[in-house]
Amino acid sequence: MTNTATKSLGGNNTIFVAGCAAVILAAMALMAGVNSDYVFNASFVVLQFVVLASAWNILGGYAGYVNFGTSAFFALGGYTALFTIKMFDAPLLVQILAAACVTGLLGLGIGLISLRLRGIFFSIGTVAVAIILETVILNTDYLGGAKGLQMMRPESAWPFGSYDKLLFFVMILMAITAVSIGRYIENSWIGRGLRAIKDNEEAAECAGVPTLKLKLIATVVSGALMGAAGAPLVMYMRFIEPVSAFSLNYSVSALAMPIIGGTSSWIGPIIGSLLLGSVQQIVTVTISSELNVLIVGVLLVFFVVVAPDGILGLVRKLRSKSAGGQRGSGASGGAK
Amino acid sequence: MSVLLSVSGVSKHFGGFTALSNINLEVKAGERLGLIGPNGSGKTTLINCVSGALKNYAGSITFKNENLNGLAPHQRTRRGIARSFQIPRPFHSMTPVENLAVPLEYVTYRGVAHKHDIVGEAESILRDMGLGDKMHASCAGLSQVELRKLELARAMAARPALLISDEAMAGLSHAEVDEVLGILFKLSKTGITIIMIEHIMHAIMRFSERVICLDAGQLIAEGAPTEIVKNPEVRRAYLGA
Repeated sequence: MTNTATKSLGGNNTIFVAGCAAVILAAMALMAGVNSDYVFNASFVVLQFVVLASAWNILGGYAGYVNFGTSAFFALGGYTALFTIKMFDAPLLVQILAAACVTGLLGLGIGLISLRLRGIFFSIGTVAVAIILETVILNTDYLGGAKGLQMMRPESAWPFGSYDKLLFFVMILMAITAVSIGRYIENSWIGRGLRAIKDNEEAAECAGVPTLKLKLIATVVSGALMGAAGAPLVMYMRFIEPVSAFSLNYSVSALAMPIIGGTSSWIGPIIGSLLLGSVQQIVTVTISSELNVLIVGVLLVFFVVVAPDGILGLVRKLRSKSAGGQRGSGASGGAK
Repeated sequence: MSVLLSVSGVSKHFGGFTALSNINLEVKAGERLGLIGPNGSGKTTLINCVSGALKNYAGSITFKNENLNGLAPHQRTRRGIARSFQIPRPFHSMTPVENLAVPLEYVTYRGVAHKHDIVGEAESILRDMGLGDKMHASCAGLSQVELRKLELARAMAARPALLISDEAMAGLSHAEVDEVLGILFKLSKTGITIIMIEHIMHAIMRFSERVICLDAGQLIAEGAPTEIVKNPEVRRAYLGA
């Protein structure tokens, strides 16, 4: 029996799959037609933020548990990749998978310790994890310590021509994966459970939702995706050091992008990261890279005050207003 | 009638304050039990202990001969205990249908929800509760009585054996009280055991087969509604006579 619940509580899979295929085709066309490394480098960074924002939204947006420690997962992903390169000369795919496993486990650990805490206490816990991990890495000579480590890119980037294109394509696939996972969670029983937790955790428990288990699933999936996003960092930068890998910019951006786009849907983090990531890239080239965090901060404050439900919420409000207006004019027309 | 719920020697302290002191009671399957008492007498604390919202109580609570001590609220819901809240707690980001989809997916059809018409069943329960025209509306637009009905509907979606209704009629008009009472009578006829906590005495008297009165965390009286209203201790503590 086809399930009505899936039909009306879920989304349209055909359109989504077609959209993903279109994105991949567009990326392939871009790789075939453009030879500027800058385009692929800038796109890589924006796509990395799509992954981070989508990952953050799984726990922060759906369940309402604000993670301020995105940089911990992201950097640990990068350092796990570095470890696998040094130990096994692992290829990129293995680096990404290893990073996802390690950061997923970190998510599980943090979840087990801190998810019994609610609100700000959980958030403080995630900040503490970032500080602890950065201190550990700073004092681990094998991973470069405070000085960091320089790495060589593999010579072959077949069939992409350049390693920048390869990294860009990998990040496209990772962004599609992260968005697909976010969308699946949102439309599934997991997503409804997480939303119930966000709305009222006690009522969710009494409605049969295993709140701790769901929050753990969200922390693990979210953490694994953040770590996976950080894994290609080593090959992208050809260098890794703790201060920039654990940069606050990752934590703030991963939080700001879904809030600006709208946390209630998987589309929100995409809108937010494409908008904010692109603005950051343009400002970096035209004005100064130092202005990035300022721009994020100003936009975040603006949206929190003016449109707390993000761009998506704003669009919905405008739509319902115009629908209400049409109904009103229709009704008054009928009265005449 | 067999015993469905048994509360034995349950006490609960908040720091130095004793909210419940050695409560013993039994609820039979299919029974309609009224729970009354002045504010702060421990009614909500008692049902919080039964539903699992409060842990670390002394004594034991058994349901269908199973000791519930140590079980989380969602595990108790899955065993057949559902409750409504004194102040309605809808999942406000969801429509009423989605609100009901949560217990339907997590309790009633756990693991097999994809094989069932969750939306159809949610709509059917909401229609029975008189919320047929608000099924896909925003919860923000629901009135007080509609929110109370949604609370009961969400509890019922878990197909409980025991429904605890915590002041579902507080603040409602006479007609609305009658409407909610009608729903509870209808549910009782299907065999569900109902514990009703209420301050509206005429509702308690009409609905309950047996009434229990708490005062200052202690069970002070138990009996048929007609006996309870005449009980001098109840009159002193609660009815103000």
